[in-house]
Amino acid sequence: MAVVFGPGSVPGDLPRPLPFRDVQEMEISVNLRTSVTSRYEMRFRSTTAQEEAALAAATAREADAALHPLQNTALGSLTMYVLPETSSLLPQGTNVYVGKHRSALVRAGGSLAALQARLREVTQVMSFTASSIAAALSDRVPDGQLSPDARRYLKSSLGYEITFSLLNPDPKSHTVDWDIEGAVNRYVKPVLDKLSLVANFSVDSQILYYAVLGVTPRYDKESSSFLLSAHSLPHVINPVEARLGSSAASLYPVLNFLLYVPEHSHSPLYIQDKDGAPVSTNAFHSPRWGGIMVYNVEAPASPQASLPLHVDVDMARVMEVFLAQLRLLFGLSQEEVPPEFLLESPGNEGLADWELDHLLWAHTVENIATVSTTLTSLAQLLDKIGNIVIKDDVASEVYRAVASVQSAVTELSLGHLHGAFQASKEAVTSSERAFFDPSLLHLLYFPDDQKFAIYIPLFLPMAVPILLSLAKIVRETRLRKKEPTKMD
Amino acid sequence: EASGIGRDHPCGSFPTHNTLRFCEALALLPGCGQAWGLTLPTVSHYRLFPKALGRLVAALGVRELHLALTQGFWRTRYWGQPPLQAPAGAELWVWFQPTVTDVDKAWKELSNILSGIFCASLNFIDSTNTVIPTASFKPLGLANGTDHHLLRYAVLPREVVCTENLTPWKKLLPCGSKAGLAVLLKAERLFHSSYHSQAVHIRPICRDASCLAVSWELRQTLTVVFDFFSSGQGKKDWSLFKMFSRTLTDTCPLASQSKVYVDISPKNKEKELLEVSPAPTSVHEAIVQGDKKTYAVYDLLSPSLFNTSRSLNVQLKWKRPQDTEMPIPTLHAQRYVGGYGLQTGEICTLIYNTHPYRAFPVILLETVPWYLRLYVHTLTIITKGKENKPSYIHYQPAQDRRRPHLLEMLIQLPANSVTKITIQFERALLKWTEYPPDPNHGFYVGSSVLSALVPSVTAMKDMDVEQSPLFASLFPSSDGSSYFVRLYTEPLLVNLPTPDFSMPYNVICLTCTVVAVCYGSFYNLLTRTFHVEEPSRGGLAKRLANVIRKLRGVPPL
Repeated sequence: MAVVFGPGSVPGDLPRPLPFRDVQEMEISVNLRTSVTSRYEMRFRSTTAQEEAALAAATAREADAALHPLQNTALGSLTMYVLPETSSLLPQGTNVYVGKHRSALVRAGGSLAALQARLREVTQVMSFTASSIAAALSDRVPDGQLSPDARRYLKSSLGYEITFSLLNPDPKSHTVDWDIEGAVNRYVKPVLDKLSLVANFSVDSQILYYAVLGVTPRYDKESSSFLLSAHSLPHVINPVEARLGSSAASLYPVLNFLLYVPEHSHSPLYIQDKDGAPVSTNAFHSPRWGGIMVYNVEAPASPQASLPLHVDVDMARVMEVFLAQLRLLFGLSQEEVPPEFLLESPGNEGLADWELDHLLWAHTVENIATVSTTLTSLAQLLDKIGNIVIKDDVASEVYRAVASVQSAVTELSLGHLHGAFQASKEAVTSSERAFFDPSLLHLLYFPDDQKFAIYIPLFLPMAVPILLSLAKIVRETRLRKKEPTKMD
Repeated sequence: EASGIGRDHPCGSFPTHNTLRFCEALALLPGCGQAWGLTLPTVSHYRLFPKALGRLVAALGVRELHLALTQGFWRTRYWGQPPLQAPAGAELWVWFQPTVTDVDKAWKELSNILSGIFCASLNFIDSTNTVIPTASFKPLGLANGTDHHLLRYAVLPREVVCTENLTPWKKLLPCGSKAGLAVLLKAERLFHSSYHSQAVHIRPICRDASCLAVSWELRQTLTVVFDFFSSGQGKKDWSLFKMFSRTLTDTCPLASQSKVYVDISPKNKEKELLEVSPAPTSVHEAIVQGDKKTYAVYDLLSPSLFNTSRSLNVQLKWKRPQDTEMPIPTLHAQRYVGGYGLQTGEICTLIYNTHPYRAFPVILLETVPWYLRLYVHTLTIITKGKENKPSYIHYQPAQDRRRPHLLEMLIQLPANSVTKITIQFERALLKWTEYPPDPNHGFYVGSSVLSALVPSVTAMKDMDVEQSPLFASLFPSSDGSSYFVRLYTEPLLVNLPTPDFSMPYNVICLTCTVVAVCYGSFYNLLTRTFHVEEPSRGGLAKRLANVIRKLRGVPPL
């Protein structure tokens, strides 16, 4: 992280003359045995002439754009520009401006301590926080300590399949057309191009007819509309899910985005939140699964209008909701931003550079945790079955997984985010391949108790004389104890 | 989207079979069989085509896919030429695109995924039942080049087809089973029948008449044979309600075509013997498989049909009972296993050509599992008492546990003749782990496939494709004088020598008992304490005497 002091913003109580380095470490404990150490290496320096010129721009946005070519563009790096207290670049009341790329403009807080506290907040927003790490390691966090949001995020995977489905339960009344191809190219592709660093994405779409929701909506007389209450939403998905079609051709998790055009007899249909107020987007999302949006068809002007009604879906409105849900599912929502922060909107790409870093940090940590879990359970399996055969290729996959995960940890501690992420992906691939190798099936090995059962015809007759002689010995010792009194 | 046919055959015990066909893409145009340089479209946005199959086709480089799941056997001799026959069990044949580098891997993956989609045990398709036919199977859609190394063919004769296969099949229809003809397809009726065959055909076709772009076509066909003669107290009348226990009430709103065809062809130029009610929308005459047929057509999309009554229940009544025999089809075949004992045997195939004056060639494809070792030198083909030399033979011998025998022959069938093909085999001994459960049931040998261009008795003229029923268009006839037929013979059930599977356990038991007895006596010998015995109380005579004396009341000796 580079902290660049603009002219007139250098705090008076700097310990050393600029430039200098400082290292801050903080330990985030996940559970009793797992903890993550965050280590920020800060380089303090003053602005160069070019940067000074860029900072002289009229607005923060222009300054951000001008500063972008001057920055370190490595993944995971951050550049903070400290502005004087009186700078007019930031609007009144905001102290921090987070740009589209990997930089932020920070108003100097007087003393160095105040500035450092502010910088810590900025770094947590832009890289990771204890809660985002906990979400990535959600499998290891004890129950009850996790925020409900954390379970929403998609698990890290090498690829994702995004499926847009248009549900038309009433094709007799509505013929629905949507320009999904154009919408995907226009709205979804820029986001996925940016996300392609994280995983492979494939996008497809389908139209499903006679696909109904699992809940009958309630009629509301006042608004003469139909309502779906929040508590019934969990039951909505199941009957639809059966129609969506499994992704038989790939093993990646599927993200479903459904656009539901309600039946003519159930229109208009509105979703209510927990307080009974209608949801403005008329959409909801399901954690780790996808989202559903209800798209109401305007009633025809004249009641005599002939059925079926032709409906052209307004894709901009729909995609806005679906992209917001996509960001939510990837854990990119910015809910915990302090009030004096101003975030630049990421524009058409839907994703700022630092948000991508945010995702990569989380996924790298999650991948490393997954690999260690996988290899641990593999080791447990080997402990359980003593005579299991480990083939050479399985062994080499395990070695490769261990080597990759070690290199991922090293790269991570050095702050090389990109290298660490690649290594963690390789580690996941190798460890899964080893774990799911068909030769390591538990059932392939004959259990010991059954081996014993087969040899019962041997053990049983052999046990009879032994048991009889044992009984005889017992009887004789008992007799011998009584004998002395009888003798004489 | 859909067209249906209900046909009627006034033959012996099978007066009726009803064929319902669904097809999503419609236009199949004659005369665009070749499309050079056209690339197959890759689709990721689906409207009517089911996404599950579309993804499969795109991901694995499939050019053409034909899957049929069948319960029962189509008796060609008695039921006539089938519109689309399939062998008993599961049949899968796939043409891959030339871009696929490892066809075997793609084939394995494809069969695994299909087995998931259709809940069938297609995952048992492996190298031991897969063959690469050279002549029998040609692409049915657009194709540039027919390099048969891109083809894979497999039959699983043991597969049992039931409800769990029908439900995923119905789910592929755009309207599911919610509307249209598919409303009739209730499993409890469909599987209460003599023959049930459901199929999926995917192939590339021309998008329009100019054939500048290619579309994927998915055809779903379902063939069911109901036996009304035996279940209907000797009456051969039928109705939709009697067959499916429901009637048609509406059409699928997505369908561009939705028709029911009822075969009302008059036989022997007699007066019409049967009547259908309600009155059909139109009557269509077509030449299907060399036979002139008259169909009563119910166009479900025409508004007049549902105006008079809310539901359509097509009924067919015979005016007077009649027993006219079905005309014997021009080409039919029969197959059985000959020989006795468990060492050798003989596969006999009888192929009948009943055409009065025309000879025609037929391609026979025979797939025999490796555990029946064919003796190719014993192959004899005899027609009318003389040897008939095939003009083309392709034989690929089996490799134990690796691949099956493949025998393809082009045989000329003289007019009005029976051709008998016999080949002897030896039964192999399997390893004891290779036997399936219940090995005494026997081992199935898949049906052999007969493909032929059968000369038609009636001259055919170019049909109006838009009008003709869909089932007639999968194999368009090249010229008016002949039509294409593919027949499957009976699957065979062969007994292999089976060992006594309890033997290992018996041996273990016996050995263990012997060891245990030896051990017991040895143990006894080692642990027994020996005492010097006092001199005996006399011999046996003395003891006996004592017993007698005791009885007499005299003191013993």
